[in-house]
Amino acid sequence: MNILYFAWMREHTGCAAEEIDLPDGVSTVADLVPHLASRSDGHATALRNLKTVRVAVNRTHSALDTSIKQGDEIAFFPPVTGG
Amino acid sequence: MAEPANSVTTDVSIRTADFDAGAEIDRLRLVGVGAITTFSGIVRNNAQNPDLVAMTLEHFPGMTEQEIQNIVEQACSRWPLTAVKVIHRIGRLLPQENIVFVGVASSHRQAAFDSAAFIMDYLKTRAPFWKKEETSAGTYWVGAREIDDMALHKWTHSS
Repeated sequence: MNILYFAWMREHTGCAAEEIDLPDGVSTVADLVPHLASRSDGHATALRNLKTVRVAVNRTHSALDTSIKQGDEIAFFPPVTGG
Repeated sequence: MAEPANSVTTDVSIRTADFDAGAEIDRLRLVGVGAITTFSGIVRNNAQNPDLVAMTLEHFPGMTEQEIQNIVEQACSRWPLTAVKVIHRIGRLLPQENIVFVGVASSHRQAAFDSAAFIMDYLKTRAPFWKKEETSAGTYWVGAREIDDMALHKWTHSS
């Protein structure tokens, strides 16, 4: 599945996108977060405070308790600041 | 609640190129209705931020267009609109450069005013854009503002 990071989250993780397999026992975005955070110190920093993190599953605004499955695209980003 | 509009001309454009608000108004005039409201967002250069050198806008290609199209469709189902144009620029922008344009055409003044405000309020809180400011003191990501969430509140909690 494809994981995307934007804005300062991407700067911390050092990558805009990465491909992973859905880990065993993961059924929601929240379940996935510790697996991603363990990938590097930068990932841990990016995902340290989930209050400042927004999620989109398959390009739809979602929440930490949103269900995910193998093949989904999961995007993590800060609150939006366009306009 | 307005009738769902079935002949609305909508156009959403995410791009680096500048826009000409006057030319966009001329295009909206072609639909031949009685009211056009437009909003232009411009990079600030004021007392709050005298050191701003530039800002860079990043977005989530694919999701951005889809989110703005959703916002436009919601506006079209809520007000009797004839045309909607949304342009949002990305990339590096200097103070006083254009960032965003929203233009709506309707037969009704209030629908034109309200729907333009609605589209901007939703765009600011839903469309995946992020601003990074370059100042003489360094670069930093702009934080989201609570006031933008409050602006959204009025559209979901009004009678």
